[in-house]
Amino acid sequence: MNLALRLASVALLLVVWLAGAHFVGARLLPAPQTVWFAIVQEARSGALAFNLGVTLARVAAAFAIAMILGTALGLAMGRAPLFDKLADPWLIVLLNLPALVIVVLAYVWAGLTETAAIAAVALNKLPIATVTVREGARALDPALNEMAVVFRMGELVRLRHVVLPQLAPYLAAAARSGLSLVWKIALIVELLGRPNGVGFEIGVAFQLFDVTHILAYALVFVAVMLAVETFLVQPLERHVSRWRVRPA
Amino acid sequence: MSRAGASDRLDVNIKHKFYRAASGDCRHVLGQISLGLNSGEVAALVGPSGCGKTTLLRIVVGLDHDFEGSVQLPAFGKLGVVFQEPRLLPWRTVEENVRLAAPQADDVTLGALFVTLGIAEHRRHYPGELSLGLARRVALARAFAVKPDLLALDEPFVSLDTALAARMRAELVELVSRQPVTTLLVTHSIEEAIEIADRVVLLSAPPARLLGDVRIANARRNRTAAAIAAIRDEIENKINAVDQPAARC
Repeated sequence: MNLALRLASVALLLVVWLAGAHFVGARLLPAPQTVWFAIVQEARSGALAFNLGVTLARVAAAFAIAMILGTALGLAMGRAPLFDKLADPWLIVLLNLPALVIVVLAYVWAGLTETAAIAAVALNKLPIATVTVREGARALDPALNEMAVVFRMGELVRLRHVVLPQLAPYLAAAARSGLSLVWKIALIVELLGRPNGVGFEIGVAFQLFDVTHILAYALVFVAVMLAVETFLVQPLERHVSRWRVRPA
Repeated sequence: MSRAGASDRLDVNIKHKFYRAASGDCRHVLGQISLGLNSGEVAALVGPSGCGKTTLLRIVVGLDHDFEGSVQLPAFGKLGVVFQEPRLLPWRTVEENVRLAAPQADDVTLGALFVTLGIAEHRRHYPGELSLGLARRVALARAFAVKPDLLALDEPFVSLDTALAARMRAELVELVSRQPVTTLLVTHSIEEAIEIADRVVLLSAPPARLLGDVRIANARRNRTAAAIAAIRDEIENKINAVDQPAARC
């Protein structure tokens, strides 16, 4: 029933798309089948896989850096009030700096390099991950910590079995909001200063007014991110919350 | 305070303990308390509620360092603690909870412990799936599994129904008889203390100090109702607290 509703919703979207293409003309909104053929053509030439791969690699690298640094910083700020007071203004500045400013400055200071691109994306995501994990670190249960102390659990055991499971919901929230933010900013970074990737292709298509090309890349990319969400993020969330008693 | 040494005794020597509340108020919680426990001795700390029993226990197990005095833990200072709440990790199974605290415990010992406490069939359950009584048993199993030099229990049977509490007391008696361990049990119930302990240590109202130290001669397992009543009378005679002015912070 659920699946049927979803399929019906997607079918309706296609119908609206077809109708729109008919009314505004193929130049502004090409029909679904035109976009489909463009996707097939890009896939045959190998350009699609290459650009998608490059972009995904950047997303993965930036995401990993931001999550690891954000978790470490968030934990430190949540546990040490002095460090929190010192680092908080920096965090607020970074949090309120527009993504575009960070990207442009990274390119100006570090050149149009891969490092600058990934750092700029990671830096955009870092403060949000930090703030989310800090909330989690503040909510750590002191009773469980005392238990770990009296039973002389080692640092690693404590981190893995006592601290991280308590942070899991916060890490999941940071990962979820982070992933969608990271790939959106990754495209801007590519548009402004990289010679390949989905963002670069969309930039080129924009200059040529090639709406078919734009839609082809955008749709494939959305499909890939949807797959990541369904086959990676959701199963992982189910795994870390397996101990929760589900309401009958 | 010092924690060195390899003596088998538990030596607690507290001069003062003040408690500073967030509002800035300061209370004198513990007065002069000296307490020594021989190896394998089971002592019960009894006193009116709010008298600082839990504070004393937290000082002994090293969770509270803000006091004047010293604590010397027996032997290597390995602790088995049963808190008032079970304090299990909800995201780990019963068995994992025990093994994380006692990584060196072997399968045979653990198996026997689980059977004695009646939690063998719950090994793979998560704490959220257990009743309070079962979770308390898991906490007890965890404390015994580490083969502690000192077993510290803080009101381990509160908010259980009478029958269940009695059964768990019997299980605890069974465990300390089989595996002798220096034990400090905090309770507000004199009956519970007499049933389990070799010594009943009485604390006064705050600031707590020692009111009496009653040794119980006959073996734990054959304490009759009459014997318990006699000891109880002896203890109650000692509880005629002399008022003692609180020291200033």
